[in-house]
Amino acid sequence: MNWKRSLVAFAAGLPFVALLAFGMTRDPNQIPTSMPGQDAPTFTLPVLNAADTVSLARHAGEVVVLNFWASWCVPCRIEHPVLLQAASRYADSDVHFYGVVYQDTEDNAQRWLNQLGQGYPSLLDPGSRTAVDYALTGVPETYIIDRQGKVVFHRAQPITDLAEFIQLIEAARAGTLGPGGASS
Amino acid sequence: MLRLIGLASVAAAFAIAIFGIVAAVVAVKRRDAGLMRSARAAVYTNFVLMSVSNLAMITALLTHDFSIDYVAQVGSRATPAYITVISLWSALEGSILFWGWVLSAYTAGAIWFARQRAGALGAYATATMLFVGGFFYLLLLGPASPWGLVSPVPPDGPGPNPLLQNHWLMGVHPPLLYLGYVGFTVPFGFAVGALLSGQLDDTWVRLSRKWTLAAWTFLSLAIVAGMWWSYDVLGWGGYWAWDPVENASFLPWLTATAFLHSVMVEERRGMLRAWNMSLVVATFLLTILGTTITRSGILSSVHAFAEGPIGLFFISFMAITLLGSLILLAGRAGELRGEARLDRMASRETVFLFNNLILTAFTFTVLLGTLFPLVAEAARGVKVTVGAPYFNSMTIPLCVALLFLVGVGPALPWKGVEARELKTRFLVPGIGLLVATALALLAGVRGGWGLAAFAFAGFALVTNVREYVTATLARRRAVGGGFLGALTGVVRANPRRYGGFLAHIGLVLIAIGITASSIFRLDREVTLRGGESVAIHDYVVRFDQLRAEQEPHKVVVYAQLTAFTADGEELGRMYPALNYYEMRGGEPITTPAVRSRLDEDLYINLLAFEQNGANATLHVIIEPLVAWIWIGTGVVALGALISLLGGRGRRPAPIRVPTRPAQLGSRPRPVEVS
Amino acid sequence: MTIRGSSPYAALRAAVARATVPVAAAVTLAGATSVTLAVAAAVALAGAPLGAQESPVHAEGNVIQVPEETQLERDVRSLSSQLRCVVCQGLSLQDSPSELAQEMRGIVREQLAAGRSQEEVKDYFVSKYGEWVLMEPKREGFNLAVYILPMVMLFGGAGFVLFKARQWSTPAPAPADGAAQGR
Repeated sequence: MNWKRSLVAFAAGLPFVALLAFGMTRDPNQIPTSMPGQDAPTFTLPVLNAADTVSLARHAGEVVVLNFWASWCVPCRIEHPVLLQAASRYADSDVHFYGVVYQDTEDNAQRWLNQLGQGYPSLLDPGSRTAVDYALTGVPETYIIDRQGKVVFHRAQPITDLAEFIQLIEAARAGTLGPGGASS
Repeated sequence: MLRLIGLASVAAAFAIAIFGIVAAVVAVKRRDAGLMRSARAAVYTNFVLMSVSNLAMITALLTHDFSIDYVAQVGSRATPAYITVISLWSALEGSILFWGWVLSAYTAGAIWFARQRAGALGAYATATMLFVGGFFYLLLLGPASPWGLVSPVPPDGPGPNPLLQNHWLMGVHPPLLYLGYVGFTVPFGFAVGALLSGQLDDTWVRLSRKWTLAAWTFLSLAIVAGMWWSYDVLGWGGYWAWDPVENASFLPWLTATAFLHSVMVEERRGMLRAWNMSLVVATFLLTILGTTITRSGILSSVHAFAEGPIGLFFISFMAITLLGSLILLAGRAGELRGEARLDRMASRETVFLFNNLILTAFTFTVLLGTLFPLVAEAARGVKVTVGAPYFNSMTIPLCVALLFLVGVGPALPWKGVEARELKTRFLVPGIGLLVATALALLAGVRGGWGLAAFAFAGFALVTNVREYVTATLARRRAVGGGFLGALTGVVRANPRRYGGFLAHIGLVLIAIGITASSIFRLDREVTLRGGESVAIHDYVVRFDQLRAEQEPHKVVVYAQLTAFTADGEELGRMYPALNYYEMRGGEPITTPAVRSRLDEDLYINLLAFEQNGANATLHVIIEPLVAWIWIGTGVVALGALISLLGGRGRRPAPIRVPTRPAQLGSRPRPVEVS
Repeated sequence: MTIRGSSPYAALRAAVARATVPVAAAVTLAGATSVTLAVAAAVALAGAPLGAQESPVHAEGNVIQVPEETQLERDVRSLSSQLRCVVCQGLSLQDSPSELAQEMRGIVREQLAAGRSQEEVKDYFVSKYGEWVLMEPKREGFNLAVYILPMVMLFGGAGFVLFKARQWSTPAPAPADGAAQGR
C-alpha cells in the first residue's frame, strides 16, 4: 500500500469536493439581474380599459414604481394588498405606481383588478417587448426608477414587507438608493 | 400501523447494516467463517426489511393513508391506481426508499451468488455494499424520511407531479434508471473488496461482470426511455437537451461501456487491471455524483427534486467515497501492474485502447461541460450556460470516431493481423462504407460530419453483420443442417461475442436514427383558422376545431386536426393539447400529437390558440427515422441479454498473475494462480 | 462459477437462451439489414430531399403552402438556437414552446429585420439577462478552458495511447519469463 501516492490522490480529489460544497452555497435558479444601475428602458404603453397611453418620459424627474403581474400568478395576489397600501400612501405625490400586465388577456386582468382592487393604472404590454426590455423572467417583479431615469431597485419576488418597501421608495426619492438596493 | 412498520423496518435495516459491516471486517481479521455467515445473513435480512418497507408504502399509497407524510404529499383519491403505485418514486423521499430496496436486492443477489468463492474479498465487498446501503437507510431516517406523521390527517392530497401522469413511460423510466444506477454498486463493492483484501487478480471481475452488464443494460434502456419520454411529452420535438440530469445518467454509461470492452483485454492479456478498476470505481462515483446533482440543488435542471439539508448528506457521501476510492486505488496501483504486451498494432486490443480513449474523452467533456457553470461562477462570479450547442459541437466528432471503431473492432482478431491482411479484411466493409456514403449523398446530406456518420454506420453495420454471416455459413458447412440451426449454434457457442455484435448493430441503428432525425428535420410554425390546412412535405394537415375539457386536476385544451397525404388520402386524426394544471400556475404542459412510422414521424405541437377557438398556432415537425432510435435500443438490449444469459461459452485463455489470495482461515502468502 | 447441476435457475436460463436466441437473432439480423438498406434506398431515391424546396400541393379549399424559409427566417432560427429561453430549463429560444419564448423570437425577428447584426442582437439580450442567456459561453477569457481542455485531453490521450501501444507491441529485449519478471 503506497501511502505517498494515496496522499497525492487524496489531495487531487479535494478541489472537486470543494467545488461541490461551493455549489451548495448558491441558488442555481436565481438569475442575476443586471438592471439596477442601468437606464430604465423607455416605453409607451396603452392603459388597461382606457383609451390612453402612458410613457415613461412623462415622469422624468419623478420616481416611478413598476410592478409586472398577471391574473394567473398566485404570488401576485399575495403582494397586491401591500402595493395598494403603498400606492395610496403616495397618491398625489411625485411617486407614481404602474402595473404592467404580463401574458394575460384584458378580460382576465380587469376581472382580477375588480376582485382585488385597483389603486393605480395597469398598462398592457403586447408582445412582451417591455417585459423583455426590463429583463423579466416571470411574475411578479417590481422595479423602482429614480428621478434620473435609472433603475435603482429590482426584485423578482413578491413585495410582502410594507415598511421595507416604503423605506426603499423614500430612499429613491431622496436619491440615496444606489444600485446596491438591488435584491434577489 | 403502516407507518410504524415502514419506519421500523428501515431503522432495523440501518442497524443491521452497521452490524453487517462490523461482522464482515472482524470476520476477516479473525478468520471466522461463522461471523462471515452472520454478515451475509445481515445482507439477506436487509433485503427482506426493505421489501417490507416499500410494500408498506405502496399499501399506504393505495389505501390513501394521509397520516403518512409522503402519502399526503403525492397521494390523491382521484388518481388512478396504476399512477398511485408509480408515485412511489414521484418525489424525493419515495424515490430514495425505492433506491434503498433496489440496492438491498442487488447486494443480496451479488453476495449470494458469490458466497462460496469470495473469501476476504467477499467480506470486504459485503462491508462496502452495506456501507453504501447504510447511507441510504440513514437518509431515510433523516432528511429524506417519507414516514413523517401528519396531524391532523388531511382528507385528500394533491396527487403526484402532473408530468408523471401524462405518459406510460414515467412508470418505466425511473425503475429502469435505478436498476441501472444502483446496479453499479456491485462491481464497485467487489473492486473495493479486492483493493482492501489484497486479492488483486481478476476474481473481482469474474464475480461482478454479469452484474455490471445487467446494470449497463438497464441504464441503456433507462436513458432511451427518458429520451422517448422527453420526445413524446415535452413538445419541442427533441429527445436530448444535454440537461445536467440527462448528462448525469449518461456519464456512468460511458465509463461502463469503456469497462465492458477493456475488461476483455484484461481477461485475455492480464493488462489494464488498474485502469479497469478505476473505470468501475469511476462509474459508481458518477452514479453518486448524478444523484447528488439531482437532489442537492447544485445545478438547475428539469429534473431537480427539492433542495435542502439532503444536499449536504449527498456531498458528504460523495466526498467520502471519492476520497476513499482515490486513496485505495492510488495506494494499490503499483501492485496491480501486470505484464503489458501487444502482439501487433493492428489488433482488437489496440481498437479497445482507442475505444477507451474516446469514451474517456467523451466522459471528460460532458462532465466538464455540466460542471463548468459552477466552476465559472466560483472563478468569475458570473453565471454562464453550457448548453446543447457546446455539447453537440464537442461530442459529434467523438461519436463519429466511435462509430468508426465499431466497424473496425469486430473485423480485427485478438492478437492482430499483419498489415497486408488488412486490405482483404476491410474490403467488404469498405464497400459498405461507400454505398452508405452514396445513399447519404443522394438523400441530400452535404455536411461533413453527417456524411461521415452515415458512412461509418454503413461500415460498422456490414462488419458486424458479416461476423454473423460468415460464422453461420462456416458452421453450416461443417455441421450441416438449416441456416437457423447454424445461427443458433453459432450464438450458443459464444454468446458474449455474438451478443456484443448484436448490440453493436443496435447501436448503429440508433446512430442512423439520431443522425437522420437531426439532419433531415423539417419544422414550421403556422397559424391556422378553423377549416384551414397547411401543406408540409408529404402531408396536408387541416385544423378542424378547438376543444376544451375539464378534468379533476386540469383543464385540457386540444386542437382536432386531420392529417392527409399530399394526394388527399386521409391518414387520421391528431390531437395536440395544452394541459393547464391548477397547481402549476400559468405555464401549461404540452401534449404533442405524434404519428410515428418507420420512415418518419409527423409531430405536431399546439403552441397557442385564440380563446374563442377561432385559430390555433401549431408547430409542425417532420422527423425522419426517429423510430429507429427506439428499435435500435431494443436490439441493443437483446444483444446484452444474449451476452448475459448465454453462459460462459468458450473460456478466454487464463492469465498468469502473481497474487496474494487472502482466504478466510489461511495465512496470506504469494501464490501463482492460473 | 456458474451454478451447476439441475437447479431451476440453470434450466430457466437454458430455456430462455434456447428460445430467445434463434428467433430473436435471426429476425433481428434479417430485419435490421434489409430494413436498413431498403429504407435508406427509399429515403435517398424516393422524394425530394427535405429542407429544400417543398413542392406546392394543389389542393382544393384553403390550403396554406408552407413557404420556403427566407434568409431572415433562417437567421432568426439560427440566432434563437443560440439564446436561452429564460423561463425554461435549458431549452433554446428556438426549441421552447413557451409563450415568452415565442415573443422573444418575435423580438429577435424584429431586430434582425431592422438591420441589426446577430452580434448586436445577442449583446442586447446579454445586457438584459447576463451572459447566462447565451446557450454556450463566450469564447473569451476564462471560458476558453471549457473549449480547450477537452481537446487537450483527447489529443494528449491519443498521443499517450499511440505511444503505449507502440511500446507494448515492440518485441521485448529480454526473454519474457512471466512470473519472474512481472510484478
